[in-house]
Amino acid sequence: MIKVKKLRVPKMNFWERIYLPNIIKGLRITGRHIPKKKFTIQFPEERWVPRPGYRGAHRLNKDEKGRIKCVACEMCSSACPANCIHIIGGVAPWDDREKYPVVFEIDMLRCIYCGMCEEACPREAIELTEVYDFADYSREALIWDKERLLAMYDLTKDGNYHKNKAQKLIIQ
Amino acid sequence: MLEAILALIKIGVVVFLVILPLVMMLILAERRVSAFIQNRLGPNRVGWQGMMQPVADGLKFLFKEDVIPGHVDRFLYLIAPGIILFPALLTFAVVPFGDQLTTYIGHTLVTIRFQIADLNVGVLYIVAVASLGVYGLVIGGYSSNNKYSMLGGLRSSAQMISYELPLGLAIISVVMMSGSLRLQDIVVDQYEIWNVFRQPLGFIIFLVASFAETNRLPFDLPEAEQELVGGYHTEYSSMKFASFFLAEYINMITASALITTLFFGGWHVPFGILEAINLPVLWEQIIQILAFSLKTLFFLFFFIWVRWTLPRFRYDQLMNLGWKSMVPLGLLNIVLTAIGIAVF
Repeated sequence: MIKVKKLRVPKMNFWERIYLPNIIKGLRITGRHIPKKKFTIQFPEERWVPRPGYRGAHRLNKDEKGRIKCVACEMCSSACPANCIHIIGGVAPWDDREKYPVVFEIDMLRCIYCGMCEEACPREAIELTEVYDFADYSREALIWDKERLLAMYDLTKDGNYHKNKAQKLIIQ
Repeated sequence: MLEAILALIKIGVVVFLVILPLVMMLILAERRVSAFIQNRLGPNRVGWQGMMQPVADGLKFLFKEDVIPGHVDRFLYLIAPGIILFPALLTFAVVPFGDQLTTYIGHTLVTIRFQIADLNVGVLYIVAVASLGVYGLVIGGYSSNNKYSMLGGLRSSAQMISYELPLGLAIISVVMMSGSLRLQDIVVDQYEIWNVFRQPLGFIIFLVASFAETNRLPFDLPEAEQELVGGYHTEYSSMKFASFFLAEYINMITASALITTLFFGGWHVPFGILEAINLPVLWEQIIQILAFSLKTLFFLFFFIWVRWTLPRFRYDQLMNLGWKSMVPLGLLNIVLTAIGIAVF
């Protein structure tokens, strides 16, 4: 025999039935929120700084001589689940490596920002940065080429990307 | 002649310098207060603290394409926004926002009343004209030839009928206390003690009924965005759509002014402050008008505050509340008031 526990809707008493005390309670709750601290971040002036490990826009790292670190092994483009990395390799003009990327394109609209390329890279050449404000007006402009990705390295290498752009930083 | 000119000036000042700017500020206030209640900031970019946001909104409304769908009843569709806007503006005519001022204009002694028209049946006039506003909603809903608009119009008519009654009953008890239908007399009658303390039940009934009359949450069933896709104004666009909103906000202002006049002593400054500081007459008048404005503004804020506190009533709950609770309570209140008047 299954024990059945019958639940009944509790009867409301007089004060609950005339609504008014509860309405006043509700008004007090909403009223208390008016002077409270607001969560809105006023974006261009204030910026939210992501925590370390945030996966934003990509960058291509440079070595100490300012050359691209990438050796066009295509590990990242094979690892990429969204197939957004397009690499054409060529013979490197330098002695210490055989290949370098002639074309290195990332379609930022296809990318899902999973960070697999970063993990796959044997040379730590590709990395995801803390940059999240790279909206643009066309699809073409969001296919980032090698130069754009290398420029991202210069913008983010000292970790001051957001500090350089806003007066006030929000760190949560 | 002078009377007529004065009346025209007063209409101009009240409509174009008070009501329309106040409506614009209300639109901003609604958005910002709602934001504050939800711990957000709201629009604060256009102008100082977003003060120019209503202007931007208005411009957008003016320049938007004015679509008249092919399936509507053209004539009714076009006049509905006018019909709703007209009574909303008319109701404000008898609301006294100050005492009277006797002064010389040229060489004639003139009494300027701070009221557009001093009707001796002011309360009746308000009840009569305010109930005309529903025709705008019903005609708008009907002429749109759209099931959602139709439902919205039907709901608004049912809602108006059920809340007009308690509204009237609450007013009757106030009129019994003052013995006059003139709003000025009602204000003067509250000189000793405000009606809200003498008629707490009447006040609550009037407040709830005026929420229903102005189609504000928790009684905004005619628009009910979630179920009716905007209700009676679904098919409207551009400035016609805006005029429905304008009417709603003007109704809110009128309702707040009425609550102030009937229950919170109108332009009366409490605690005998005016008598104590003994200012020149003109300053006294100005302070009285300010007192009236402050009270009205508080109720406008209250309207917005309640909107973001209470969820919408279901249709049957609304009807239950109207017919089974508010009407009997209103009648009870009249009996209690009568006994009170007979005893004291």
